[in-house]
Amino acid sequence: MEPLLKIEKLVSHIGLFTILHDVNIEINKGEAVVILGRNGVGKTTLLKAIMGLVKSKSGTLEFENKNIIERPTYEIARKGIGYVPEDYGVFDLLSVEENIKIAISKKTTSIEDKIAYIFDLFPDLKIAYKRSASTLSGGQRQMLSISKVLVNENKLMLVDEPSKGLAPIIVERLARALREISKTTTVLLVEQNFALACAVGSRYYIIDEGRTVKNGKVQDLVKDSNLQKKYLGVT
Amino acid sequence: MDIFLMLLINGLAEGALIFLMASGLSIILGLMGVVNFSHGTLFLWGGYLFVWAYTNSNSFILGIASAVIGTFILGALLEVLFVRKTYGKVTAQILITLGLMIVFTDLVRLIWGATPLVVARPDFLAGAWRFGGAVIVHYRIFLIAVGITVAIGIQLLLTKTKIGMIIRAGVQRSDMVEALGINIKIYFTLVFTGGAALAGLGGALFAPLVGGISSGAGMSNQVLAFIVVVIGGMGSFIGSAIGSVFLGLMGALIAWYVPQLAIVANVTLMAIVLTFKPSGLFGLAVKK
Ligand SMILES: Nc1ncnc2c1ncn2[C@@H]1O[C@H](COP(=O)(O)OP(=O)(O)OP(=O)(O)O)[C@@H](O)[C@H]1O
Ligand SMILES: [Mg+2]
Repeated sequence: MEPLLKIEKLVSHIGLFTILHDVNIEINKGEAVVILGRNGVGKTTLLKAIMGLVKSKSGTLEFENKNIIERPTYEIARKGIGYVPEDYGVFDLLSVEENIKIAISKKTTSIEDKIAYIFDLFPDLKIAYKRSASTLSGGQRQMLSISKVLVNENKLMLVDEPSKGLAPIIVERLARALREISKTTTVLLVEQNFALACAVGSRYYIIDEGRTVKNGKVQDLVKDSNLQKKYLGVT
Repeated sequence: MDIFLMLLINGLAEGALIFLMASGLSIILGLMGVVNFSHGTLFLWGGYLFVWAYTNSNSFILGIASAVIGTFILGALLEVLFVRKTYGKVTAQILITLGLMIVFTDLVRLIWGATPLVVARPDFLAGAWRFGGAVIVHYRIFLIAVGITVAIGIQLLLTKTKIGMIIRAGVQRSDMVEALGINIKIYFTLVFTGGAALAGLGGALFAPLVGGISSGAGMSNQVLAFIVVVIGGMGSFIGSAIGSVFLGLMGALIAWYVPQLAIVANVTLMAIVLTFKPSGLFGLAVKK
């Protein structure tokens, strides 16, 4: 079976700086894969490169067997890739409702059900629905950011550190939500919260200095404290 | 009291004209990040197209329509042929829009000559009411009405339509709008040409107010519009509306009571706003 997303020898740069030097990742349909690595190794840049928000110089970036390097971001998104960025990407000038409405793609059906599902998952958003998004707390922004992707039937969901800045109880709820989502959608999750990463992902890749240096099953990584220490700084 | 009323009308009419320029300039800057120095040229072209069409056809409506449609097309050409190639490159934008300003201002001189063109107000707007020491010019009331209508129209477009939603979102984060599968470039073109047409309308309405148009009119009005953008906060439609009214009223008061301060006042106002609120009165605190 061909992978849903295939990344080979990817080199990407921001301005004059090469940030990704050699990234190799394959994700099959239905999988939940986590990207791990210390601060500043290029995890966020990788997700941006997939979305076309960061330019790639060489290598392969294929989604459903089609090259997506050099494609504009909106075309990549329309192929069915949802992106939850590290800094939430919530539109402050819009209400919570508008933030969700603007995200609904033309292909999406049964919108009412999707919104009901979101309210069920994040009751906070139901309460704040008519409010300006600028009034949301950090955690609520994260919920909104994820919801904007959940209203559509995506083939692949890219999620960047959803646990950042969230209270442990919300992280737990998030873990449940992501596990739930990963039953129906392929998920690529960047996460430094090791517990959350383990709860959601079945396979992992470790990035170090812009290179994928290790990959395997999450359950093996849990047992391998040397590897954790070497690349993740987990003690 | 009658003098006060007159100054109020004068100021609001002035504000309405500034607003037609500043609203487009502000949204273009906020959404596209483009400091558009060619905006004043579109105002100028609006003025000349209006005078040309109005003088030849004797129809005020046809004159306005020519200005709006002409500058809409001109704006589209500028965006597609030049401005589009400079997104994200601020220096290139400044150079290209300044260059366009110079070239298209000279083109006006080439086509219509260097001497100012004269135009009268149409008969149905030519009158004035007099009472006490005050003169209320009908044409100014008309300008205020147009300004209010346009402001309400844009506000409805921005708040009640999907297009408006995308523009408001794009002002803050155009990259995230793209990541939702929306081709923001289309909206860039739309906003740029819409802003061009508004500037053109401003130029068209300006000419009968002052009795004619000369090739320097674009630049002086552009400066006022830039001051409004700084005061109101870039990308803020409400800010540009309030800033324009404020600048217009202040201009009318100062011109009446202390005309020697006319030039200093605007710049001082801008400096004060920048000192206490660098993002402008209604600017976004955070920018991409
Ligand atoms: N605009 C930029 N110009 C130059 N270097 C940049 C720029 N943006 C990011 N970088 C660098 O690229 C590297 C990778 O950044 P990235 O955000 O992808 O890291 P990350 O793995 O997501 O880190 P974190 O875990 O802290 O989020 C960092 O060293 C960062 O300093
Ligand atoms: Mg990151």
